[in-house]
Amino acid sequence: MIARFSVVGALLSLMVASLTLPIAAAATPHPPLAYRQLDNPSREAAAQELMETLRCLTCQSQSIADSDAPMAASMRHEVRTRIAAGEDPEAIRNWLIQRYGDYVSYSPQVGAATWPLYAGPIVLLLIAGLLIRHRLGGKR
Amino acid sequence: MKRLVIIIALLGLAGFVALAAVKMQQPRDDFVRSAMIGQPLPAFALPAASSEGEELTQADFRDGTPRLLNVWASWCVPCIAEAPQLSELQRQGADIVGVAINDTPENIAKFLADYGDPYSAVASDRMSQLQLKIGSSGVPETFVIDGDGVIRYQHLGDIMERDVPVLMAELRKAGL
Repeated sequence: MIARFSVVGALLSLMVASLTLPIAAAATPHPPLAYRQLDNPSREAAAQELMETLRCLTCQSQSIADSDAPMAASMRHEVRTRIAAGEDPEAIRNWLIQRYGDYVSYSPQVGAATWPLYAGPIVLLLIAGLLIRHRLGGKR
Repeated sequence: MKRLVIIIALLGLAGFVALAAVKMQQPRDDFVRSAMIGQPLPAFALPAASSEGEELTQADFRDGTPRLLNVWASWCVPCIAEAPQLSELQRQGADIVGVAINDTPENIAKFLADYGDPYSAVASDRMSQLQLKIGSSGVPETFVIDGDGVIRYQHLGDIMERDVPVLMAELRKAGL
């Protein structure tokens, strides 16, 4: 009997909790386009594609498309607003890189710090080619 | 020749292992810093958080007085934790301008009534416009803006007691 009462008590407290929850959620407002898709499907697709390659700054292993953090919501609003205004996705990416550095983008750019990543494989292939030629030539 | 190649390869490997070992010892820095330090505040215009306040623009930061620009929100829990430190900064002579992110006038007024109002002005940034323009990556954050409106320093996260002298020193460096 006591157990049953505590179940009722737990249910009651759950009901009370569910009544107060929406108030807590409403306490963190977000900009309008954070959770609303653009009406134009091709613009929304372009926005989605860009948002999936931008890093959430407060939850860094997620993209802003995946994250529920307030900062990611703000960035989605900014991206959708600019895409809706006809701005080029790469221009938006560059605008963010100017403010947050390369780290904000999941799509790496060739730069002073990253060029060895691109040049490395080409150099290694060239060395391998030279070695193979040297060996084959040596045997003949 | 062959031995030389092997030695060079082994040295390269040893160098890589040493670099990885050193880097793994260092604590992880989860903060994404603004790339706007040293640059002037970008053009912006934000309404005041209350009906009696005035619009805030970048021109308000160009009157020769260095200021703290505190990015916060009433829904942000660490902002409650840094409130006493902001009051202390104000007591020590800092002019603090608050920018409330994604917030409502009612919640801003309630927060200031509950936790103190150290601000000379509070603007409302409902769409995070200024926050994104200055490269702020969350709330709370505090920027030092010099008297010419140039961003000089960024403090990420809530201001703790040990950060108060650091921010005062940065303000003095900016000409206070």
